[in-house]
Amino acid sequence: MALSTLRIVWLYPDLLSTYGDRGNLLVLAHRARARGIDVEPMQIRSDQHIPHTADIYLIGGGEDGPQAVAADRLLQDGALSRAAEAGKPILAICAGYQLLGASFYANGRAYEGLNILDLRSDRGPSRAVGEIAGEAAPQLGIGPITGFENHGGRTHLGEAVQPLARVTAGVGNDGATEGAWAGHVIGTYMHGPGLARNPKLADLLLAWAVGVNPAQLPPLDDTWPERLRHERFAALSASQ
Amino acid sequence: MSANLTPRAKFATTLLRTAAALSRATGRGDGSVIGGRVGLIVEPRLLELLAEGRHVVLISGTNGKTTTTRFTTAALEAIGKVATNSFGANMPTGHTTALAKAPKAEYATLECDEHYLGQLLDAASPKVVALLNLSRDQLDRAMEVTALAAKWRQTLQASAGQTTVVANADDPLIVWAASVCQRVVWVAAGQSWTADSAICPNCGAHLDRFGEFWRCTNCGLNRPSPQWSVAQQGEAVVGPDGRRYDLNLQLPGRVNRANAATALAVASLFGVDPVQAAPRLSAVTSVAGRYAKVERDGRHLRLLLAKNPAGWLESFDMIEQGPPVVLSLNAREVDGFDTSWIYDVDFTSLSGRKVVVTGDRRTDLAVRLEVDGVDFIVVDDIRAAIAAVPPGPVEVVANYTAFQDVRAEFNRVN
Ligand SMILES: [Zn+2]
Repeated sequence: MALSTLRIVWLYPDLLSTYGDRGNLLVLAHRARARGIDVEPMQIRSDQHIPHTADIYLIGGGEDGPQAVAADRLLQDGALSRAAEAGKPILAICAGYQLLGASFYANGRAYEGLNILDLRSDRGPSRAVGEIAGEAAPQLGIGPITGFENHGGRTHLGEAVQPLARVTAGVGNDGATEGAWAGHVIGTYMHGPGLARNPKLADLLLAWAVGVNPAQLPPLDDTWPERLRHERFAALSASQ
Repeated sequence: MSANLTPRAKFATTLLRTAAALSRATGRGDGSVIGGRVGLIVEPRLLELLAEGRHVVLISGTNGKTTTTRFTTAALEAIGKVATNSFGANMPTGHTTALAKAPKAEYATLECDEHYLGQLLDAASPKVVALLNLSRDQLDRAMEVTALAAKWRQTLQASAGQTTVVANADDPLIVWAASVCQRVVWVAAGQSWTADSAICPNCGAHLDRFGEFWRCTNCGLNRPSPQWSVAQQGEAVVGPDGRRYDLNLQLPGRVNRANAATALAVASLFGVDPVQAAPRLSAVTSVAGRYAKVERDGRHLRLLLAKNPAGWLESFDMIEQGPPVVLSLNAREVDGFDTSWIYDVDFTSLSGRKVVVTGDRRTDLAVRLEVDGVDFIVVDDIRAAIAAVPPGPVEVVANYTAFQDVRAEFNRVN
């Protein structure tokens, strides 16, 4: 491996942490350590500077008020945008996903986002709450995705990003696509944590961080995550 | 009380009791909800009319309200008859039934669902309202927690009037909501879950914490000095004058000592001396099956209900070191369909002991425990879980419907 210690930053848990967001940090750390990679998890509060030297950046979901505050502080700090330019893996969930775009809607008005991903978000006709599933973009090689979504926003993708997945159940961005990716930046409405139910997505982020192909990561025993995936897909097919 | 009821209200009360009795006879629960519904259709003001002239306390919060209601009832029974919704039917239908069933009770202790606090304040004109804590619970359908605190604040400002609020000084959301009231008695009831109050509910700035003290770095909202607290050493509550009241609780854990402190604070506002009230709390041995001890094939199970992250953390604080632990997780409608919150619970304290996982969503738990490096086995149901552990003590922690499933296996033990 290229790195001695993998530094995983979880941004602004004081503002953006709902629906088990901490789990994505735990899953990444677990899957890295299981392969003998040392991990330094870092929780960066919104009154702290974001380190430039981390290897993976995570940002979670939250309510309208904290989302607007977080976007403002991230714009002022600038480090997340520089990390994206430097090709560092970023995983953003829900409110964190929306604020990576050009604009998002909170507290009844539009706010400027970080413009890291070419997309914009507004309010949908109703809250999207429930299981979500989809076929991930084939280039990512992660197969079908499964998660739980809970958001009022809808997201419209621009030319410079691709959807993370084509929706087969649930709403995602707009009922047709879910999430977005460009370079090593991934945004998704799957919370809860998405990485526990999609270990290949976790491994993709790890592979990007250490500079290898995902196939080069030593395989793990994924009996339980695979069983969970099977159960969730089966529950969806039974309800449709 | 009933002597002053209008003929219409008396008729509504009779129908309510009949409906509740029929529901019980046909095995559909204790009839509180259906009875209350029938009564309120006939007389929409029934709750208000039944509450009139009584001394009422409302008890609300995310966790501990059923137990605190039981403790408070036990304490108030020192001075009179008490009407209470002891079966956890904590919405207006349940409150109406509780009052209708106890027409002679001068006092009423009503556990109140967080979303109905305003309605109950208006309908029951309580003498005291006890506010325990607010934390994330069933997020896929309930109002988010800061919004709920804001709603409470608004409600209390509009309706608290002559009511005295007994509130948890350790929970910033509770302090913010209660601080609009004229009369507040603060209890250091603790906070096992701080993630929902990292930032100030009043202004959004950071909260600094120094030991148990907390303060907003911007607007000055801070922890009020508590009049009641749980003693640092031993099992006791310390009152406003520094006097120490020994407890001999049959329920485990620091959180139940805090619930006892709240109950004693409430009871003293009704004129019950804590010296008289404290020993009465020992009579509470289980609460609708919670903390109940049951036995099968030499396995002595203690049943713990934990519905949300704060509840699970509190249970892990209560369980004995050593014995095997059975964890059961469901995600049916009343539990919330979203199991994400299990990632907000730290399971590492279970490391090194025997852990058995069951419930509809046992696979979710299995993945969660694997991430925390906790060894576990997965079984189909509580019977299989019992067979999987050796004779001796066993701790069982389950969320709402999973708990009811376990309770059903033991004839709905109370
Ligand atoms: Zn403040």
